[in-house]
Amino acid sequence: MAATIVSLPYGIHFKIGKFSVDKKFDLKLGLDLAGGSHLVFEADMKNISGDRKKEALDGVRNVIERRVNLFGVSEPTVQTSSFEGRDRIIVELPGISDTKQAVSLIGKTAQLLFVEIVEEPAKNNATPSAVLKPTDLTGADLEKAQVVFDSQTGKPAISLQFAKDGGTKFEKITQRNIGKPLPIILDSQIITQPVVQGIISGGQAQITGNFTVDEAKELSIQLNAGALPVPVNLVEERTVGATLGELSVRQSILAGIVGIVMVALFMILSYGALGVVAVLGLFVFAVITISLYKLIPITLTLPGIAGFMLSVGMAVDSNILIFERFKEEKLKRSLTSALEVSFGRAWDSIRDANVATIVTSLILINPMDWTALPLSGPVRGFGITLLLGILISLFTGIFVSRNLLRLFVKDKKND
Amino acid sequence: MIEWMKYRWLYLLISGTIILAGIFSAIKWGFKIGIDFTGGVVAEYRLESGENKIFRYGPLSTAEADKIRAEFTSQGAQEIRFESVGPSVGPELIKRTVTALVISAGLILLWIAYQFKSFKFGISATLATIHDSLVLLGSFSILGHFFGAEIDFLFVTAMLTILSFSVHDTIVVYDRIRESHKKFGEDFYDLANKAVSGTMVRSLNNSFTIIFMLVGLILLGGETTKWFSVALLIGTVSGTYSSPFVAVPILVTWDQIQKRVKK
Repeated sequence: MAATIVSLPYGIHFKIGKFSVDKKFDLKLGLDLAGGSHLVFEADMKNISGDRKKEALDGVRNVIERRVNLFGVSEPTVQTSSFEGRDRIIVELPGISDTKQAVSLIGKTAQLLFVEIVEEPAKNNATPSAVLKPTDLTGADLEKAQVVFDSQTGKPAISLQFAKDGGTKFEKITQRNIGKPLPIILDSQIITQPVVQGIISGGQAQITGNFTVDEAKELSIQLNAGALPVPVNLVEERTVGATLGELSVRQSILAGIVGIVMVALFMILSYGALGVVAVLGLFVFAVITISLYKLIPITLTLPGIAGFMLSVGMAVDSNILIFERFKEEKLKRSLTSALEVSFGRAWDSIRDANVATIVTSLILINPMDWTALPLSGPVRGFGITLLLGILISLFTGIFVSRNLLRLFVKDKKND
Repeated sequence: MIEWMKYRWLYLLISGTIILAGIFSAIKWGFKIGIDFTGGVVAEYRLESGENKIFRYGPLSTAEADKIRAEFTSQGAQEIRFESVGPSVGPELIKRTVTALVISAGLILLWIAYQFKSFKFGISATLATIHDSLVLLGSFSILGHFFGAEIDFLFVTAMLTILSFSVHDTIVVYDRIRESHKKFGEDFYDLANKAVSGTMVRSLNNSFTIIFMLVGLILLGGETTKWFSVALLIGTVSGTYSSPFVAVPILVTWDQIQKRVKK
């Protein structure tokens, strides 16, 4: 038997006959396949009033995002999720399996500091140096930061509103530092260094700088997150080591190949020449599916692979429906018209039946992010591959095999 | 032609036995609920001896978890996976999945009722999916007791999928009944027998292809999705069975009672 080589896009090679697979999966793999860590933090919002919760949660997310980026993870994702008063931050760190450091880094409460620049008197014969000295004014004293527009220049600025004690502290600090810069530090990073123009009383300050509206907004969000000491607690952790991920990839590929070969054999044994057409359709199905995974792109997870496998099983169903119908119809009429009739009649049940599965997979995917429905990554992964599988199988099962069969059945008639 | 509907008592007996066994097990042994719903820790380590071992704990604080992990690492064990779920996560998940189940079941019921212009069809199809859910739940109570199969989030996903698969199969049979009803307008009982005969081969063949894929996953697909695939497999078998032997008999019986009442 001559080996058929089907070259799929993106360098995946199947060789049927004495089959061998030269796999080069360039697909995006989820944490369970690539290894990594999935962390869910819950924000403690008991001290935050309702209308500021969203702002606070966004701030927490930004702080965490910044921390994760500083941590040096490639392609991290940080998402928020709120449901029935519980506000969560979901952090995914591919390739990180030592989570202890990551958790402590992310879980730290943001620290906002106002520091003075103090001239250190010259020791021995060294030149005098400027030293950063933290003041007693911290994020805990900040009540709110928001974006305003400077009344003179019209440029975006950030106004700071201190709580009562903070206002007094701030007044004293500005008194000591007229004409000097007053750096503001958030998470050991200097965000801005405004120069004190005069004594500021009343607990209000304004940071002017050369920022755009978006930058000012971002800064105010970060300041608010720092100002609101929202503690976060780790409530869920799923860490998969790289070795387990690799093993899972190998196992899934093997399971997939064995399953597909069995399905192909079964179809050919049960339906003969018609079965061969179905198997060709199945190959088109596989090619389109893998290309779409790559194009969209779809992050492949273990449940996602299960969804794909299930959809392969369902993909041949439309063919089976049509072929069974064809067996009946060809007793009553000519081959070509039996073919057309079978496709037409089977279409009704194929459509009606697949709508049910499409509805369920859409609920699993939850595309509108409705909080009342599951939002979990693995379930969504399963739903997406299942939905794609059904849609593509409708195309290959009906359109592709119909046209293949039209050629095939006509040839037979002309013989 | 086989008079399928004559043996309704047998189908009732088969389904009844399986479901009762499941209920018995659920009452006696309960379910093994995974950490997704209860909270807790599952950790897998490769020990120095080269053997992989899974350890389970109740919910742990971050500090407690760190201590345990440090201990394992100091003994030369390599962490394969570490899953820790806090106790607050479960209740939320249960609410969301129940909502998902109710919404999809409701939508499917409406879709069938609309397509077949009768709630008789919709409700008997829904009863068949409830049958499949009971079979699946019961089997997992038994499998949980003897083999440690857990009810986790993936199990619920499998249940949702099976719900749609079961309906998928039922619709194919219904469609046959509707089609021949338009053409011949015969007695419902005969139509049902014909429809079941006409779709039997297709239904079996389709299930075989899905079963092949699932058996592949169970035997070769690894530990993580093993029970998920088992759940899908049980559901596929039950879903295939329930269309001709639960949904259609209910439909026929309903029709007979309806006619008797009218008379």
